[in-house]
Amino acid sequence: MTVLPFLTAGWIFLAGVYGMVTSRDIVHAVGCLAVAQSSTYVLLLTVGYRRGGIAPYFTDTPLRTRTVDPVVQALALTDVVVGATVTALLLALAIQIRKRHGTVDPDALTGLRG
Amino acid sequence: MNTATAQEYLIAVALVLVAASATAAALARDPVRQAVLLAVLGLCLTVLFTLLQAPDVALSQLAVGTAVTPLLILLTVRKVRRATASHHDRDKRGPEGTDES
Amino acid sequence: MSRSARIRLFWAAAVVFAVVYTLACTGLPHFGTTVHPYGSRAVAASLRQRTANVVSSINFDQRALDTLGEESILFASVLGTTALLRHARDERVGRPRAGRVLPSTRLLGLVMVPLTLLTGVYIVAHGQLSPGGGFQGGVILATGLHMVYVAADYLVLKRIRPLGVLDVADACGAGAFVALGFAGLIAGAAFLQNVLPLGTFGEISSGGLVPLLNAAVGIEVGSGIIVLLASFLDQAVEVRSETDSGSGERT
Repeated sequence: MTVLPFLTAGWIFLAGVYGMVTSRDIVHAVGCLAVAQSSTYVLLLTVGYRRGGIAPYFTDTPLRTRTVDPVVQALALTDVVVGATVTALLLALAIQIRKRHGTVDPDALTGLRG
Repeated sequence: MNTATAQEYLIAVALVLVAASATAAALARDPVRQAVLLAVLGLCLTVLFTLLQAPDVALSQLAVGTAVTPLLILLTVRKVRRATASHHDRDKRGPEGTDES
Repeated sequence: MSRSARIRLFWAAAVVFAVVYTLACTGLPHFGTTVHPYGSRAVAASLRQRTANVVSSINFDQRALDTLGEESILFASVLGTTALLRHARDERVGRPRAGRVLPSTRLLGLVMVPLTLLTGVYIVAHGQLSPGGGFQGGVILATGLHMVYVAADYLVLKRIRPLGVLDVADACGAGAFVALGFAGLIAGAAFLQNVLPLGTFGEISSGGLVPLLNAAVGIEVGSGIIVLLASFLDQAVEVRSETDSGSGERT
């Protein structure tokens, strides 16, 4: 259990990239990118975990309670929401590609066309 | 077995679930299937984040991962598929010019 | 690059990545370590600033400039998506049919939509105290509104969704974040420094600038995601393109 959580994050990343490399559909590739992205959240939050720690809120807990690392949580939190809007931007690009080139297969998109 | 160890076992189970659903989502070839599997992945990630004592991240992952991202993918697929369907119709009707390969 | 060459390159890179990454992981402090120097200092700083939710304190007080960058990315993506999905000259707009919905679904929607919106507002407003804040609350507000699409139909959703107002609200939320940052400069401190009175620990008015920035981000994220989903729904449900065959009148 000492390095297993970090290795899981690496596995998720590789699975997402494998999906993207072998993809025959741009929409599918964007979904795989979302998978690869989720590996960063897993890595950040597992790095910040503290054995026996509680969530970093002091509304009704004593101020000296041991908490998990809040810094990595702040990083992951904003990225989850911002990542979704970036996914939307990529999907909008996919719709435009379909409109202009008539295909969503990345291998069929050969040269640059206006 | 104390609570800290019990929690780590739960985290290990959640990690296995996340890894399995992520692999399934990456290997699904059909974008519609993939959207559903991404929603499952979002749910597994929410459980994992809650166990890792990150309710803030779990909350945004629940809303984004299980609702917004799959919905966006499904809407894109609908747009792209419908366009492809009318494309095939036109191909069958006559040779009025499709020059892409 | 051909497909098979690309996959071979991937496997080569994957093996290298797996080896180097595993080596790097064994060098990390082990999982669940009790030593988190940065985290402990962040908790101490958050308590000094009388913000009960440490994550909110980091996002909107200690590292607020970081969050300004993040929300700029969000704003730029919303802007880019609406620009990419605007109606082209060669597209016509079809009229979507009114959908049929089971009465039970409609009733459930009638109960759940106000409840969800209320939850969203609560989560934005209590971001400095309990788990929540502008990012999560904004997403809940946006998805809550789209329950109308499930409970009624697209036409009803369109009627209750003031897109013009939401466009402006999105920009105002992004602008308000920067404007609140200038409050620090006016008070003679640094940009985005928390210069407002900090209030009592554990009260809703605590945390100084944190609740205000949370509200700004909540408005921006909520309206931004509604606008995003609106452009996608519009493309998927309404727009029928003349050039759907993918050739011909390419511009």
